[in-house]
Amino acid sequence: MIRVMLPTHLRNLAQVEGEITLEVDGTVTQGSVLDALEARYPVLRGTIREHDTLKRRAFIRVFACQEDLSHQPPDAPLPEAVAKGFEPLMIIGAIAGG
Amino acid sequence: MSSVRVLVGTRKGAFILKADGKRKNWEVNGPYFTGWEVYHLKGSPADPNRIYASQSSGWFGQVLQRSNDGGTTWEAPGGGVTASPQGWPMGESNRFVYDTSPETGKPLTTHQWYDGTQHPWEFKRVWHLEPSLTDPDTIYAGVEDAALFRSTDGAHSWQELAGLRGHGTGPKWQPGAGGMCLHTIILDPANPERIYTAISAAGAFRSDDGGKTWKPINRGLRSLYIPDPTAEVGHCVHHIAMNPLRPGLLFMQKHWDVMRSDDGGEQWEEVSGNLPTDFGFAIDVHAHEPETVYVVPIKSDSEHFPLDGKLRVYRSRTGGNEWEELTKGLPQRNCYVNVLRDAMAVDSLDECGIYFGTTGGQVYASADAGDSWAPIAEHLPPVLSVEVETLA
Repeated sequence: MIRVMLPTHLRNLAQVEGEITLEVDGTVTQGSVLDALEARYPVLRGTIREHDTLKRRAFIRVFACQEDLSHQPPDAPLPEAVAKGFEPLMIIGAIAGG
Repeated sequence: MSSVRVLVGTRKGAFILKADGKRKNWEVNGPYFTGWEVYHLKGSPADPNRIYASQSSGWFGQVLQRSNDGGTTWEAPGGGVTASPQGWPMGESNRFVYDTSPETGKPLTTHQWYDGTQHPWEFKRVWHLEPSLTDPDTIYAGVEDAALFRSTDGAHSWQELAGLRGHGTGPKWQPGAGGMCLHTIILDPANPERIYTAISAAGAFRSDDGGKTWKPINRGLRSLYIPDPTAEVGHCVHHIAMNPLRPGLLFMQKHWDVMRSDDGGEQWEEVSGNLPTDFGFAIDVHAHEPETVYVVPIKSDSEHFPLDGKLRVYRSRTGGNEWEELTKGLPQRNCYVNVLRDAMAVDSLDECGIYFGTTGGQVYASADAGDSWAPIAEHLPPVLSVEVETLA
């Protein structure tokens, strides 16, 4: 099971509390995790990555295992600790403003 | 007994204010969509319990919300799964994609940027929602960067009416201080094929074929802040209002100047008359008197607050030119709020009610056509929009 942490606004939108756990088929990548996330919570489509282009939105960052993965290719394998469910994939709203 | 429901969009969520027809005692419900910007909410004239809300965020993009019970519960419609060419799931609800297909769309061109260079069209948010007058599932959305979208399935899926963006004058459109937004949509109750829109800063446009083709309707506008003051497009129109009883009569608050047109926008004339300043954003028309108009003069385009710290609504009962100040119940000292373009509305009770919201978080109401005012909500986040539903 893959663990995903969403920012507060997106937890509210998806009407979930705490971490989300997802089944992901095949290689665990940012793309495959977001595919699984959006399949379960269609309302999140367009909020983390753009419709159509599937590019990460400008003010969204992705972290795991104390690493900034925001600029990793979407098909790059995520760290093993994420793939095995030891660590969560954290989706974060970038800090901007005070 | 009749009642009213006031739909308030703010920088940090939405609120719904309710009162009976006396409009004395108000119940404040909300916030809904806490922490998100709610640019606009509007109820369907065909089913007042169907309300649409535009929820957006610079971080997380656009979400469309829908209620079927007058705002008690909400849902993001749709979410049907289709597949991209890569096999990835694609959302439909909240998906605003400019139509560039050769069959139905127009190429995604560029518009003028602040520095005069050309800049590609990019979707940012929905500014205004206009439900159909007859079908609760049909709704129009005015978006930034300026374009008009329509949904016929209750805001599940959206299609651009690309004839407007593709009019050919797009390279001359430019963003106002708030962005290049399509902020006004007016549906003509006497002619289902006629739609009016307004864009900052491009001007007003009209379609007479249900949104397929458009023409600029800016003759008579004079904007001294653009290279050609009487250009076909490029005017910063802030808002347009129309009384459904007389659909051809339009009133406009331009960046500077209050204007009127008696022929559906073919020609405009200035009716600023004795206003203390003709800059402003909001404008609306009395529900039963098509020549009674309301504006909130704002000192200037750099200061964005009322003159002399006095919040005053101005009313003309003569279709413009002759204006009277309305101050009873409004703060007359140390008031430095703004009233934004979509933040004024009227109800249609026998004695017309007027409502407006401020960037200071107050919502004021008058149950006597503007003669006296009282706050019906205070200390809200900055108010972006106010709409009213008059319920039987």
